[in-house]
Amino acid sequence: MANGWNGKLLRVDLCAETCVIEELNLAWAASYIGGRGLATKYLSEEVDPQADPLGPNNKLIFATGPLTGSYGAANGRYMAVTKSPLTGTVASSNSGGYFPGELKYAGFDMIIVEGKAQRPLYLRIHNQRAELADAGHLWGKNTSDTEDLIKQEFHGDAKVACIGPAGENLVHYACIVNEKHRAAGRTGVGMVMGSKNLKAVAVRGTGGFGVADPTAFREAARECYKLLKLHPVTGQGLPALGTPVLVNVINQSGALPTRNSQSSTFDHAEEISGERLAQTFLKRNKGCLGCVIGCGRVTQLSDPRYSGKGEGPEYESLWAMGAACGISDLAAITKANYLCNEYGMDTITAGSTVACAMELFERGLITEAEAGMTLNFGDAGAMVRLVELAGKGEGFGKKIGLGSYRLAESYGAVELSMTVKKLEFPAYDGRAIQGMGLEYATSNRGACHVRGYLVSPEILGVPEKLDPAAVEGKAAWAKAFQDVTAVVDSAGVCLFTTFAIGVPQVAKLFNAATGKSFTDEQMMEIGDRIWNLERLFNMKAGIDGSQDTLPKRILHEPLPDGPMQGAVSRLPEMLPEYYLLRGWDTQGVPMQAKLESLGLAG
Amino acid sequence: MQKLIRIEPSKCIGCKSCELSCSFKNSGDFAPSRSRIINEVFLEEAQFITVTCMQCDEPWCLKSCPKGAITKNVLSGIVSVDELKCVGCRTCVSACPFGMIKYAAEKGKADKCNLCGDDFPECVAFCPTGCLKFSEEDAPLREKVLRFVQTMKAGQGEV
Repeated sequence: MANGWNGKLLRVDLCAETCVIEELNLAWAASYIGGRGLATKYLSEEVDPQADPLGPNNKLIFATGPLTGSYGAANGRYMAVTKSPLTGTVASSNSGGYFPGELKYAGFDMIIVEGKAQRPLYLRIHNQRAELADAGHLWGKNTSDTEDLIKQEFHGDAKVACIGPAGENLVHYACIVNEKHRAAGRTGVGMVMGSKNLKAVAVRGTGGFGVADPTAFREAARECYKLLKLHPVTGQGLPALGTPVLVNVINQSGALPTRNSQSSTFDHAEEISGERLAQTFLKRNKGCLGCVIGCGRVTQLSDPRYSGKGEGPEYESLWAMGAACGISDLAAITKANYLCNEYGMDTITAGSTVACAMELFERGLITEAEAGMTLNFGDAGAMVRLVELAGKGEGFGKKIGLGSYRLAESYGAVELSMTVKKLEFPAYDGRAIQGMGLEYATSNRGACHVRGYLVSPEILGVPEKLDPAAVEGKAAWAKAFQDVTAVVDSAGVCLFTTFAIGVPQVAKLFNAATGKSFTDEQMMEIGDRIWNLERLFNMKAGIDGSQDTLPKRILHEPLPDGPMQGAVSRLPEMLPEYYLLRGWDTQGVPMQAKLESLGLAG
Repeated sequence: MQKLIRIEPSKCIGCKSCELSCSFKNSGDFAPSRSRIINEVFLEEAQFITVTCMQCDEPWCLKSCPKGAITKNVLSGIVSVDELKCVGCRTCVSACPFGMIKYAAEKGKADKCNLCGDDFPECVAFCPTGCLKFSEEDAPLREKVLRFVQTMKAGQGEV
């Protein structure tokens, strides 16, 4: 019964140090697909939303989708799902590379990690054999060395997802890194892993999985390949310059948050652009498993001050450690990006927290004596030092490791934290791109761009061009994009493919793989169901509609310059319509009829 | 000249589409470990090396087979395993110096690239970057020669 899913999950109890293989709940899989959706279903059933995210009652789920490990639409993704220690919401962070596919080839769809280990451990999976091994000798090691050591002692072909020192030191935005440079980055999933004393998951899988209708699957994949190759974003822009292609585009649109969102144009954008990266440190392009695009940037520093090699920086990292901090030093940004990968930290929150600290410093709230250095905007050296100190959990880095919300709060200046639900904005100003403001306010994991990427229509004109300054219709666009993204994240497909392909193509792949015959509308309903399930988890966790808002700066401080000068977010005009379209009441609570229609009632 | 899979490593992005498409077509599963073409990723050096059977003119696997199950087609040049004759003794596996013929446990037979027989090679069809080409001429070699020639040409212009 080949159907994309392996039909098996591995349950790892860190208290008892046991690994048990269970049947996957295929009825749930039919309603939630896999990945983000199915893991959220398991989380909702098994974890009290009020649980302490760092306590033994929280669980950490590594979840692939039925398409993960196949071809067609860059199907190399998995999701790390847990309750976030940064936001208190449901957390789900996506990563690609080869680890996700390897988990499928080992015969599993997901791993549920529960409890808390008494000592550092790591999980070793060799096909259907799974065991916990001592990780005392790995504790303190960076992600790169951890991967190398595990390959030496376990299996040379193992794919490794691990935390670095940041996860061990309980940095609030620690991530889980696989293949050294790929990260389930946001919302502190690595902090949860660190709190459980789980250093790594290493997988070697030599099996495979089939699909229900191979002929139809191949045909659907060929269609995706063609569309991805022909589309200007996935066929040209991303392969040529990677995500950094956006630096100049977004800056020219007046939407590049600069100096902790005090402005939205950066005079030195050119110096941190994808074009400049291609001229300087770029070595070659790299793809994840099954990828047609190859947006990954393999880079090597050649600078007298900084050395190293790795992948990135991606667009968001260039911005967070660049424009957000008023920094135009590409070598320093690249170095800080490498440090984030080695220590295992989310580049967006790391850079944004440094940016927040810089504003706190310039306003006299953080002193030189306290920080151990001056922290002016534009000081690249200070930024690199702070990132490293945060990863090490030393000195003022301990405060940087809290994230910008807790940092600003500790100085009584929480309004200077550019966050929603305590998660930092990515690299698009919600005043300049109205739909993104709505997306930030309503995303189920806080200010996030990869839940409903309205930059695509509002700036890039894909699938059609919308006016970024307008609010009309944005609620419907946000809902549609959020629902589609939930499907994509659950199937195991890369979100970047959705510039070129849509629900019809994903549905064709999904149906051919699973043997289902879901219509496009049914797929969208699954997205809606996942979105509402996440919402319900958050509400039970105490995060309600009152938090569907934006920082004062974005709502009330007009943009001082650039093409969008004078703009503020018009969130209050969009939010009621959004709630209405979602079937939620005026307080943002899903209504009974809505929940019943999605099978979420009771 | 024989049509072969020509490989230009500099164009590879390490996506393993070749392994995925090969295993899916030839084993029915997405199973890179069963692929007849290998895309090896070197994370540290950021290099991607792809290798497969080169359909030798004097194949050691063929010479070593005690059952005469391996033949080289005179017209196409393809070296293939006759699974009706193969007894799964693995002599060929140890004979091939490149490791390009293996024992497939799921069918109990030797397994190697046959350029997808009468079809167009699936790995080439799914290669997104043109790293793999199916051609008589060694196109990557020709490109390399042309790059060198261009350098020489530019030098001549300056004299």
